[in-house]
Amino acid sequence: MNATRPCLDIRSLSTVLPNGARVLRSVSLSVQPSEVRALVGESGAGKTMIGKAVLGVLPLSVRIVEGDMLLEGEDLGRLQPKARRTLIGARTALIPQDPLTALNPSRRIGPQMTDRLVRILGWSGQRADLRIRQLLDEVQIRDPDRVLKCYPHELSGGMRQRVLIAAAFAAEPRLIVADEPTTALDVTVQKQILRLIAQLQREHGTAILFVTHDLGVVAKISQKVSVLYAGKVVEEAETAALFAAPQHPYTRALMAATPRYTDPFASLKPVDEAVLAGLASEIAAADQAWKRSHG
Amino acid sequence: MDEARNSRSRISRRGSSRHGSGARLWLAGGWLLLALLAAIFAPLVAPQDPLAQDLMFERLPPFWMSGSEPGFWLGTDSLGRDLLSRLIFGARIAFIVAFAAALAACLVGSTLGLISGYFGGWADRIISRIVDVWMAFPPVLFAILLVAVLGTGLSSVIIAIAVIDWTRFCRVIRAESMGQARMDYVENARIAGYGRIGIMLREVLPNVVPSIMALLSLEMGIAVIVEAILSFVNLSISTDDPTWGGIIAEGRLSIHQAWWVLVFPLVTLILTVLSFSQFGEGLKARFDPVLR
Repeated sequence: MNATRPCLDIRSLSTVLPNGARVLRSVSLSVQPSEVRALVGESGAGKTMIGKAVLGVLPLSVRIVEGDMLLEGEDLGRLQPKARRTLIGARTALIPQDPLTALNPSRRIGPQMTDRLVRILGWSGQRADLRIRQLLDEVQIRDPDRVLKCYPHELSGGMRQRVLIAAAFAAEPRLIVADEPTTALDVTVQKQILRLIAQLQREHGTAILFVTHDLGVVAKISQKVSVLYAGKVVEEAETAALFAAPQHPYTRALMAATPRYTDPFASLKPVDEAVLAGLASEIAAADQAWKRSHG
Repeated sequence: MDEARNSRSRISRRGSSRHGSGARLWLAGGWLLLALLAAIFAPLVAPQDPLAQDLMFERLPPFWMSGSEPGFWLGTDSLGRDLLSRLIFGARIAFIVAFAAALAACLVGSTLGLISGYFGGWADRIISRIVDVWMAFPPVLFAILLVAVLGTGLSSVIIAIAVIDWTRFCRVIRAESMGQARMDYVENARIAGYGRIGIMLREVLPNVVPSIMALLSLEMGIAVIVEAILSFVNLSISTDDPTWGGIIAEGRLSIHQAWWVLVFPLVTLILTVLSFSQFGEGLKARFDPVLR
């Protein structure tokens, strides 16, 4: 395996809505093999859209107008739709935000998990079943027989998320997009799930693009961080370096807006007006430049 | 705390719905089964020939009233034909129309609804506009017009009902599959490499089947009514075979002398239609994995 080749390489990706508004503004981002890259930003910053673009499930109304996405060196834009589906299906997986809607309510857990092993990797049903049981064991589900026969609504939120994590790692993907995987869970379960993802990531050596708005989660799990504002990467750094010395004023403002256990009653500061004005002009300048170069 | 409250309410709802749907399902199913068996074995079950006229026996009252004759349990009409036998033979037409018309409407409507809801875009726009236009026609007048054009007969009645009522399926199934298509599991299936049609059939369809079942049963009831309306205005099947709507029409003429000729077919009709709709609801409550 070529160590210098990134697992995922996004080069100046831009998307627009039907009304012409740019949602992603020339986003560049790369994830090295076995690396956890966090993607933070507020709601609407485009974090999830980057994940969806990589997985090829953008809504039909969103159009990619610029940029390349390379998955292990293969340019996704140049592949035929069918080949792209197969490649994405074999090398990536998603750990979704809402574990309830991510499982089909009218199908049992078992077939839903083995489905893609059989379909994409062409495994026999028996082999897929063994593999799934192995993964359920890794996510600490002790009664696989019962769980595999359950319908999704018969499991708790935490259990469903474990099932989805197991399913994501089962096909040994190179890259997993984790789209706020702990947001819909309560705090105690969040911690277990986060630890589980980190542990499986280490054991399997999978690269993860970890989308979140929670800086606490970023600090726990990632090696590198991209901070996103209004579809633009405003800062990119090693996690430790970012927390030690945030460079961009928006990053500093985000950190000031995060509650601390040491001083929970300190009032939180909303992002400063001046910072927002600075960001607005930065983005306007970027849009100007983009317009000039794209007619 | 929240979690506990949720699970408690889920359990109690589950319990009550199971009880409610149980009684409903059995009562409605029982009546339908009875009527269906009577229809299938009509020649064996019916006490008299439904077409045999006997002017000596005209307007006999039902069995508990004075002046009734043994063997004519629900009395006779103004031509002396046995009412019970006519109702039993009328059930044949009613059930044939109910099953055939509802199935045809279901097949067309659900297919278009599924496509429209799942694919969206121009397919949805075209199908939805057609449905809008279709629903602007008053249904009964539309049915009468259709039968007038197609000519009377069993198959025209079935076609007319299917042609009118597919929109009911289309609307509901469109809305349901639209909701399902937005769910994350559909996205997951796409990431896992499934094609759009495969996802529609494997992932979305199973989730709308409970609604299809409930609608199908409801539609059977509606088909029975529409067939009765068409018979009432003499536009259903043209032979002498008795139909519920036809009997009601005859009963209307002699209501002052023989109320039973009007009341018994009406009661039969109402019970059957009610049973169909309740049976559908009960089925849905029982087989929907989320409600269960």
